[in-house]
Amino acid sequence: MPEQKIVLQAEHLGINFGGLKAVDDFNLELCEGELVGLIGPNGAGKTTVFNMLTGVYEPTEGKEYLLGNCLNGKKVYQIVAAGIARTFQNIRLFREMTVLENVMAAFTKDIKYGMGRTLARSGGFWQEEESAYTRAIELLSLFGLQDKKAELATNLPYGQQRKLEIARALATDMKVLLLDEPAAGMNPTETAELLDCINLIRQKFHVSILLIEHDMSLVMKICERIIVLDYGCTIASGTPAEIAGNKRVIAAYLGEEDEEEGSVC
Amino acid sequence: MMKLKKDSQKGTLLNFAGIAVLFAALLVFQQSSLATPYMRGILIQCCYVIIMVTSLNIPNGFMGQFSLGHVGFMAVGAYTSALVTKALVQAGVPYTGLPGYAMFLIAVLVGALMAGLFGLMVSVPALRLRGDYLAIITLGFGEIIRVIIQNIPIAGGKGLAEGQAGQPLIGIKNFSNMYAIVGLTIVCVALMYAFVRSKYGRAIKAIRDDEIASEAAGINTTYYKVLAFTVSAFFAGVAGAVFAHRGLGTLQTSDFTFVKSTEYVLMVVLGGMGSLTGSIISAVVLSILPEALRAFAQYRMLIYAFLLVLMMLFRPIGLCGTWEFSLLDTLRGIRGHKPKKPQAPAAVKREEVSEDA
Repeated sequence: MPEQKIVLQAEHLGINFGGLKAVDDFNLELCEGELVGLIGPNGAGKTTVFNMLTGVYEPTEGKEYLLGNCLNGKKVYQIVAAGIARTFQNIRLFREMTVLENVMAAFTKDIKYGMGRTLARSGGFWQEEESAYTRAIELLSLFGLQDKKAELATNLPYGQQRKLEIARALATDMKVLLLDEPAAGMNPTETAELLDCINLIRQKFHVSILLIEHDMSLVMKICERIIVLDYGCTIASGTPAEIAGNKRVIAAYLGEEDEEEGSVC
Repeated sequence: MMKLKKDSQKGTLLNFAGIAVLFAALLVFQQSSLATPYMRGILIQCCYVIIMVTSLNIPNGFMGQFSLGHVGFMAVGAYTSALVTKALVQAGVPYTGLPGYAMFLIAVLVGALMAGLFGLMVSVPALRLRGDYLAIITLGFGEIIRVIIQNIPIAGGKGLAEGQAGQPLIGIKNFSNMYAIVGLTIVCVALMYAFVRSKYGRAIKAIRDDEIASEAAGINTTYYKVLAFTVSAFFAGVAGAVFAHRGLGTLQTSDFTFVKSTEYVLMVVLGGMGSLTGSIISAVVLSILPEALRAFAQYRMLIYAFLLVLMMLFRPIGLCGTWEFSLLDTLRGIRGHKPKKPQAPAAVKREEVSEDA
């Protein structure tokens, strides 16, 4: 296997909330184009890892690097500008804005016109608006949402809301995409669509993806590597096949064998 | 292809035609027997209330950050511009004809810039809070501004040491030429419209809908919040400047109590949070209504309150919701083109939900 470029690197990331150690010694090396799954029982600290990586929480220990640049201490929007975008476990769209505006809002940082040109509607204002519009439509058609562009986001069905959220994340022109339980609440058809959608993104954008997911069949199907968290600690990491056979992982999910016998209730 | 630009140019042409019709109507009004000073006064009032309410709609409606102290910025604009024109007149600058317009324009600009500066100063600490807390802190700042003005000697106060309420500021020249004020109002509304129909507008609407998601979409929320607040304060300053020169010749701080703020907030809510069209309609209607109901003027607030209750019960999104009037779309609609998908369905849906609840 050829040497791959590491895009996102986390070294010994950890965070304390008061006396509680939510995540401890989290390490990650995400290569270009790679898809790594992050799994673990509820409350294991998966979303906390996402929040640290995206700057929502400032890690109390450890360092985070994107293409060699340290991201510690940066604000959320700066980290997005650097190239890490995310979706949320409970969908967060701009509900009262149209589908098109949802995507275009994510172009805000790339649109260069200032206040003067906005108010005068001159000097390239329309070119920039036009190109933002075209790019937004391209992204939306990738997800089959182009016909819904004038709908308010809140009126979309659940599966399409998920897709729109991913489209918005892609619009930030990221290198790393963090997906927080994208298949949550989806029926098997929608999950299958999501799978196609993720494969499509990987082909088209060559992004690296870190995926939190409880749907094991999905995780096993698409992830190249999996990291398993439990109580904030990394208990296993490896290929899907290795993880599926790992005793500690099975114990974390289902409980220890003898423990299980004792605690039938 | 540049479809957006073409549409916009068509719209602009049409809007200029619309403005021409409006001015023609003004001309007819001026010639008719209707044009008493009283009626002209109402027209001027409509104008500054329109500027004020549309400007307030930017933070309250588009950005969802409730400001209750906006008359503070109006006061800053009013007093600053009044002092500017007074100083210029005293310095012997002619105040009739063209130089008068220039002087007024300068005063408006200075007043608005000063109000914008105050907006900037207030918003940096205030916008750390949101919701009820923001409402309270802006209300507080509005009152602070008012009380400070009350105690500035050149603004009619007696100095802080005296600890007494000030006198009104008198001797302000009349700059209430109908055409000029209507023109200024149109320019202000057009600028605010341009502002909300741009990346700025998208950013502040995104902040209204979900601040966390906005950050995650790469929007520097602090920057856009402060910017929107400052822009809004700037235009509130313009409204104040027009108010100061409306022809009564005096300014007093009791014109800028938080009760006034509340009135403007009501107009924003009634018109529709996030619709400049709605703000204009409610500003005009609620400026004329009390005059039309002169005989029962003391029941005005009762009518306001009643209107609000009815509105919240039957149409909680306000008169226009987030809909904007567009001559182009209207004409296309009349000519049988398929209109652009209106945003009304969501509004209706929200209504249904709230009625079920």
